[in-house]
Amino acid sequence: MEDRQRLNRLRWRCTRRAMLEMDLLLGEFLDRVFPTLTPAQADSFVALADMEDLELWPLVNGSRECADPVQAEVLALLRTVRVK
Amino acid sequence: MSKLSIPVRKFDAVIVGAGGSGLRAAIQLSEAGLKTAVLSKVFPTRSHTVAAQGGVSASLGNSEEDHWHWHMYDTVKGSDWLGDQDAIEYMCRKAPEVVVELEHFGMPFDRTDEGKIYQRPFGGHMSNFGEKPVRRACAAADRTGHAMLHALYQRNVRANTQFFVEWMALDLIRDESGQVLGVIALEMETGEVVAFHAKATVFATGGAGRIFYSSTNAFINTGDGLGMAARAGIALEDMEFWQFHPTGVAGAGVLITEGVRGEGGILRNSTNERFMERYAPNAKDLASRDVVSRAMVTEINEGRGCGPNKDFVLLDITHLDPATIMKRLPGIREISIQFAGIDPIKAPIPVVPTCHYQMGGVPTNYKGQVVSDNGTPVRGFYAAGEVACASVHGANRLGTNSLLDLLVFGKASGDTVIEDVRSGELGLKDLPANFADFTMTRLNRLNTQTGGANVNETRLELQRTMQKHCGVFRFKDMLVEGVAKILEIEKAVARTEIKDKSQVWNTARVEALELDNLIEVAKATMVSAEARKESRGAHVRDDAPDTAANPNGRDDVGWHKHTLWHRDGNQLKYKPVIMKPLSVESIALKTRSY
Repeated sequence: MEDRQRLNRLRWRCTRRAMLEMDLLLGEFLDRVFPTLTPAQADSFVALADMEDLELWPLVNGSRECADPVQAEVLALLRTVRVK
Repeated sequence: MSKLSIPVRKFDAVIVGAGGSGLRAAIQLSEAGLKTAVLSKVFPTRSHTVAAQGGVSASLGNSEEDHWHWHMYDTVKGSDWLGDQDAIEYMCRKAPEVVVELEHFGMPFDRTDEGKIYQRPFGGHMSNFGEKPVRRACAAADRTGHAMLHALYQRNVRANTQFFVEWMALDLIRDESGQVLGVIALEMETGEVVAFHAKATVFATGGAGRIFYSSTNAFINTGDGLGMAARAGIALEDMEFWQFHPTGVAGAGVLITEGVRGEGGILRNSTNERFMERYAPNAKDLASRDVVSRAMVTEINEGRGCGPNKDFVLLDITHLDPATIMKRLPGIREISIQFAGIDPIKAPIPVVPTCHYQMGGVPTNYKGQVVSDNGTPVRGFYAAGEVACASVHGANRLGTNSLLDLLVFGKASGDTVIEDVRSGELGLKDLPANFADFTMTRLNRLNTQTGGANVNETRLELQRTMQKHCGVFRFKDMLVEGVAKILEIEKAVARTEIKDKSQVWNTARVEALELDNLIEVAKATMVSAEARKESRGAHVRDDAPDTAANPNGRDDVGWHKHTLWHRDGNQLKYKPVIMKPLSVESIALKTRSY
């Protein structure tokens, strides 16, 4: 699969989710922050986007701890996203 | 017209949508041994059913005495007497059965100390025909929808249901007699267009809340089933009825719970006035949802909205002790920071009334069969859940009846399909020679369009028009203008252009196809709302006020009837409300007051 196709698939999985909050947050992150990530961080974000919303949300709002250091970096960046 | 050839796959039944109703229908069909395909734009457990947190109602009577007949009364009253009483009786009688079944599927309901399903009170749930509150809502903490989807999905895995994930259904296949013979769908991963030829087709595609600019609905809710049905000549019923929540974050739509006003939050306009004091001198900011929503819209319409476009009001908690906010409303503070860019400790939150749930839909009976205008079933076609209008919600939905609706009618539609297939009523009829032409012409138009309209801009224009002209509180002139505007937008939708013409993971194409569905729902909503000259349930018009002759603006003489919108010429027809239940006496018309 080409990079563009892979990115489109990721966009779909970020913006067609169960909860509006996650559509907004992950969509915004993909546009603004994703292009600046290191390859390891990018892989970590793809793994986060594969999680279900009710598992991901507590990690994003900090009510659940994240053990993986790279994932923690990505979550910290995700928390800085402000949806316009 | 020439026959455009596409691959054909054959099934006993094809279900479109893998939320609660689709998964519930699929269990019936697969467990009965029918070869069943379920198509979904996303992985099943990512369906919007997840967002339903409140619970599912059933008169189990686990905590105190309850009866399905009382539940039925609450539902009829909630519907403002627009719900069909046969379907409402069916749903309320079946509720205990489907909830217990779900428990047996592995749903982790909250429990009482004795191990029974715990039940909690919920707005509008009353005992003894409206006398006093009763505990009827069954929940799995605040994850009821999520837990339900998982239980239903696992059961489907056990039953060998065949899932087609990240497929978008595009159009219904109907033959000359009107019988539905399946759907044509697009696989996103390959761009391949395939016919799902089936004896029975079940729509479980959910709602279309994305027609509004401010909506609590996830992006996935683009009314795909409604668009497909409308294009295939099926009417859409009661589409003027949409439930709104007063406080969604302006722009984003994310819900701000009523608890914020409960903790002392105050609504203010552009002059910083606490305007609810004028509309509800006693309850003020804690007045009922519809009173608060109407006051907010009136402030905005009269020029006292906030922001550069004066299109929202403010929810202020800056006067509360920051420690209280951190302790009692931490989640709301997070949401406000992330989705409004505002820390509510320092500044008020911009809010607007926000679309939440669609009461109308594809007309069905209580067996889950899609019905034509005269009530006869459309052969081979079934629907359940938010896409369908049975009609159990009528003009407004009772809380926790949405999850019940999808369990009861998901199951009922499955059972009816089994009956129709086994009785020989439905076979695998040959596809008409030109069955793919309509869809392939649509796709070809999109692929070859030049100098056309931008998909995102057109969708935004549609959403803003619906919000402004057909929102929670409606005005005659705005509705008339709204009809003209939406018909203009329809012309743009007919000539949308995408730059990316590739096959694999072309999300631009899928978004354009979603817009084709949104416009059908928007037209149905605007045209139906303009025509209904009364206020009833969630449809509230400024020119149909509360009078002695028409309490709450409801005009039973002129408007106690269902709307049927047809795509062809935006034609409206009406049909009577079914007042005769299946086994009990009719619940007679009465003024709705709480």
